[in-house]
Amino acid sequence: MPAAIEIEGISKQFKLYNEKYTSLKERVIRGGKMPYTPFWALKDVSAEVEQGETFGILGRNGCGKSTLLKCVAGILKPTSGEIRVRGNLAAMLELGAGFQPDLSGRDNIYLNGSLLGLSRADIDRRFDSIVAFAELENFIDNQVKFYSSGMYVRLGFAVAINVEPDVLLVDEVLAVGDSAFQRKCLEQVKQFQREGRTIVVVSHATDTIRQNCSQVMVMSHGQVVTVGEPGEAIRVFLAELLGGTKVINAETGEMEGNVLAISTVTTEHGGSGVRNHLYPGDSLTVTADIDALSPVPDAMVTIAVHDDRNELVFASDPDDPAAAVEIPVGGGLVQFQFPEVPLLDGTYSVSVGIRSNSQPTVFDWKEGVARFEVANPARSTGLVRLPFEVSFRHRSGPLTGEVPVTLGGTNLAGWSEPSL
Amino acid sequence: MALGLDRPRSGQEKAPAIGGSSRYIPGMSHDQITVVNGKVRLARRCKDLWTNRDLLVLLTRTQLKVKYKSSVLGYAWSMLNPALVLAIYFVVFSIISKSGQPHFAIWLMAGLLPWNLFNGSAIASTGVVVQNSGIVKKVAFPRELLALSTVGVAMVMFVLQSVVLVIAMVIFQITPNLHFLILLPLAMVALLIFTGAMSILLSAINVYLRDTQHLTEVALMAWFWSIPIIYSYELIAEKVAGHSSLIWIKWAYLCDPITPIVMTFQRAIYSNTSYLYEGKVHKLLPAWGLGPYAELLGVIIVASIGLFLLAMVIFGRLEGNFAEEL
Repeated sequence: MPAAIEIEGISKQFKLYNEKYTSLKERVIRGGKMPYTPFWALKDVSAEVEQGETFGILGRNGCGKSTLLKCVAGILKPTSGEIRVRGNLAAMLELGAGFQPDLSGRDNIYLNGSLLGLSRADIDRRFDSIVAFAELENFIDNQVKFYSSGMYVRLGFAVAINVEPDVLLVDEVLAVGDSAFQRKCLEQVKQFQREGRTIVVVSHATDTIRQNCSQVMVMSHGQVVTVGEPGEAIRVFLAELLGGTKVINAETGEMEGNVLAISTVTTEHGGSGVRNHLYPGDSLTVTADIDALSPVPDAMVTIAVHDDRNELVFASDPDDPAAAVEIPVGGGLVQFQFPEVPLLDGTYSVSVGIRSNSQPTVFDWKEGVARFEVANPARSTGLVRLPFEVSFRHRSGPLTGEVPVTLGGTNLAGWSEPSL
Repeated sequence: MALGLDRPRSGQEKAPAIGGSSRYIPGMSHDQITVVNGKVRLARRCKDLWTNRDLLVLLTRTQLKVKYKSSVLGYAWSMLNPALVLAIYFVVFSIISKSGQPHFAIWLMAGLLPWNLFNGSAIASTGVVVQNSGIVKKVAFPRELLALSTVGVAMVMFVLQSVVLVIAMVIFQITPNLHFLILLPLAMVALLIFTGAMSILLSAINVYLRDTQHLTEVALMAWFWSIPIIYSYELIAEKVAGHSSLIWIKWAYLCDPITPIVMTFQRAIYSNTSYLYEGKVHKLLPAWGLGPYAELLGVIIVASIGLFLLAMVIFGRLEGNFAEEL
């Protein structure tokens, strides 16, 4: 199957003017000269997005990821190179872009739908489902300027999603609306994935990328750093991010490089017997071997655990004073002790980071470098093992044993709750 | 938020299937390939204009609705304006100045109709891309349609003003020259293509040189007086008739694409090519037959199509950086 999007050697130059003259009068006065600095927002970017793939573009602010998306959408024209998109395309760069506040919701659906490439007949056919999705049945003939921001965004999303594109471009626009609506949007995106449509998501949030994408491209300074599986790409992204955060020491004027580096991370369970998996409730020790070129008196360590679907299970408080360690020259071993791991079945990956407490320097971050597996010998199921106790007492009469503490709950059949 | 921080557990609160998404077959429309590169592909751009004609209608309607959103009389205003102009010129020229030309107001309206269409669209088009920067920066669509929508608005105004003219003609009992009326559609085609081309050009240039708007207004004022609307073409032709060195002026008039269009309107609606006043014959328009008028219009249409394509190419070049210029 041919690729859905082929990006071939795209470059985009922006002209950064020191002072911008936007009128003929000023141009004539200045003799037609406009001094500018060329800025390459994209430099020879090539990529292929397969059909049915959810492709993530990951990068810091200003790395050119949004520019690339705008080029793919056809909003910006590349200075050189070519992009070929197979099938019809819808770009969600901003929800409700192009709404006319003075027009009714109905008129705006037609206007916005047409802007996104739907014909009048298409919109006629989809009108009801757009209104239903936006939950605006009672307000559709009101002027959009009287809409709340939530209503505005719902309408924008409902129109965009109804274009039914082969290729959908998303630029972090889902960061809107209340959580119920976000869930609805997300469900829609998932449905698109199931249907085999191609989705390109641009983000600087690794969680977004990890959970949604099958292929990830990391960008930096307008260039492609790597393309690959989400886990690997995120690791590269974070490494790149850290490599790029070398700060100049204000007092000495010296560059501070990676004076600290995490070389290896190992996991060890405290359960009995020789087995390479934990039982729920076992203790866990994560050991990070840290190399140090110079002493760091105020290092802070962080740890994060992800499950096999890349959902974050736990991330430590980055400012927890208990996580402060003093690292001497040469380094040493930093141990994280979990006295009890209440997780049930699953394979979990461990990420470890180390940063400075006094300066904005992240020394190292190793994503998913160690794994541990939990196998539950019992028949309980779920995500975590919640400790609980069972006791029995009569409805009336003296209590025996300890008084069970009831935290609310359904009061069935006249159970009398003990007063606290 | 992060896409998926609130990911629902399976089976929980499913979004309703919308738009019959289940009908989707991957690869159904994959034969359609969109190419984005630095080049301007004229044929593709023209095709896009045609496939998005629904959008042109909607953009025009939007502009009209926004324009008359809060006026009670709404569209009546745009009829009141030409009616008032008609009345003023009627008073000034028929009663006070006594030029002697019968029904001067009708003559004037016949010339003003096509000019107003061009003028209105040219002025509105200069600002249209800048005003709609919100969609230009965030949505990909043929942006020429924004410029063409100002032609659409001007066309609606044209129809409303025509109604005023027809009412005036009924009141003054003037019959148009039925013979020449068949040229009007041809003149309209020429006018619309030329106006469209100019609007596309102006809308793109104004993004880079924002004072184009003001320059255009001044230029249009000068242009208005260079076209025989208030006066007549034959007035100029007679003046230069004796001097062979000035004959180019006559040709300069006919090279202005608006002049022959205006003259066709005058010929068809006013119907007289001359009038008698105080024992003297005053010529208004050349006493040509259909042929020369049709030929002139034909030349204008061909030239306007050329200009239109040129405007599309220039617009296409400038468009590439709209999103960063706005």
